[in-house]
Amino acid sequence: MAIISRGFHGRRPDPGRKLPPGQYEVHDFPVLSAGPTPHVTHDEWEFTLTTETGARHTWDWAQLMAMPAETPTVDLHCVTKWSKFGTHWEGVSLDSLMEDVETAADFALVHSYGGYSTNLPLEDLLDGKAWIAHRYDGEELAPEHGGPARLLVPHLYLWKSAKWVRGIELLLDDEPGFWEGLGYHSYGDPWREQRYQGD
Amino acid sequence: MHRKAKEGADAERRRLTTTRRGAAPGTTSPAGSESQVLRARAPLRWLVAELVDRRAESRTAQTLVFDVPGWPEHLAGQHVDVRLTAEDGYSTQRSYSVASAPDGDRVELTIQRVEDGEVSPYLMDVLERGEQVELRGPIGGWFVWRPERAEPVLLVGGGSGVVPLMSMVRTRGALGGSAPFRLLYSVREPDDQLYVPELLRGEPGLDTEYLYTRAAPPEHPRPVGRLRAEDLVRGGWPADQRPICYVCGPTGFVENAATLLTGLGHDPGRIRTERFGPSGG
Repeated sequence: MAIISRGFHGRRPDPGRKLPPGQYEVHDFPVLSAGPTPHVTHDEWEFTLTTETGARHTWDWAQLMAMPAETPTVDLHCVTKWSKFGTHWEGVSLDSLMEDVETAADFALVHSYGGYSTNLPLEDLLDGKAWIAHRYDGEELAPEHGGPARLLVPHLYLWKSAKWVRGIELLLDDEPGFWEGLGYHSYGDPWREQRYQGD
Repeated sequence: MHRKAKEGADAERRRLTTTRRGAAPGTTSPAGSESQVLRARAPLRWLVAELVDRRAESRTAQTLVFDVPGWPEHLAGQHVDVRLTAEDGYSTQRSYSVASAPDGDRVELTIQRVEDGEVSPYLMDVLERGEQVELRGPIGGWFVWRPERAEPVLLVGGGSGVVPLMSMVRTRGALGGSAPFRLLYSVREPDDQLYVPELLRGEPGLDTEYLYTRAAPPEHPRPVGRLRAEDLVRGGWPADQRPICYVCGPTGFVENAATLLTGLGHDPGRIRTERFGPSGG
């Protein structure tokens, strides 16, 4: 039974907008990360999918740019409580990148330049739910927001949308990523408020 | 479509039997042992927190002192979630860094007022002593300092980003940590400084230096301006002493400080950052 805060009225989101539990709406784009922002040039950038058998599929920047791009407009929900509605991205669907990849994996461990990682079920990356995003709001993705490219998987809390993405390991067994190893939830569904382990 | 060659393995069942290994591969950090400790923790429950005292820290910041029965002791640098619920059941949450050292059921939060904010004006102006909010934590296992660590520590705080750093300073003092600390504390002007008497008093092994970005006290030797490399050279540690660096503040401040530190040769894996913005407050 929640404690009622005397005299607290609070704000409600705009009509027609639904916030996940415990979230509030922001209009700016807060930046969060655990360490210094890596600065990766397009020339250095590479993205590698590695299957459970060790097979590697690698794209450089030009190859990524040659892939069909999609322009999803999505809502973002950060575990630190802010939500941002209607953000415009451009990126390559994971469905396109996975097209020629043979795997029996159920899990994915995403790796970033700078050492960050995050885990999620492979099915959450497929069927139009995830992108390697390289443009935000009509412009190149800024380094502090994860440029040159970040994973975008907006139906989960934003820490799953790894900035500075450099690869995805496909795994038969789940392995915790950076925050998942530090007490955060393994799956992270904002609508079920899965912020921390045990939620 | 990719070929998913599943051979009778039931995905749902497999998900329930996840393997837990040690440190996550790819993290350039000593986080392995720390994460093991946190992983063994029970789920975080909402606890009842009663306001027992409040102190003004500046024109726009207050420290709220809560009594939280059942509080699991926090580490310096961790934060909590605070939940407020209105009479009609609407509720919202915010995260606040713990400012105090571990002290039983006592938890101190320093709240920076967000003009027109939904939560901070309530906590600062409406909530009375003896009243309760809900709180859960401690949260975050990365931006933490443990008193058993002996290497030099550089704390770089911008504005209210000094709050979790203050918890580290206080924890070192209370538990007798031996690590030498240097604190670089950047504020716009003297009126914005938090914890003034306590930092002025100082303590052995802690060197504190103030940087003012807009207006400095008349006798202050440094010209006003944002954090520069020479500030980190003068007030920090040489990279070859391998300090661990904690940087907390607004985004622009953190980006600048972390970039300058890596430019001075500090290992990016030893620079831990936390953003502390007034967004949405």
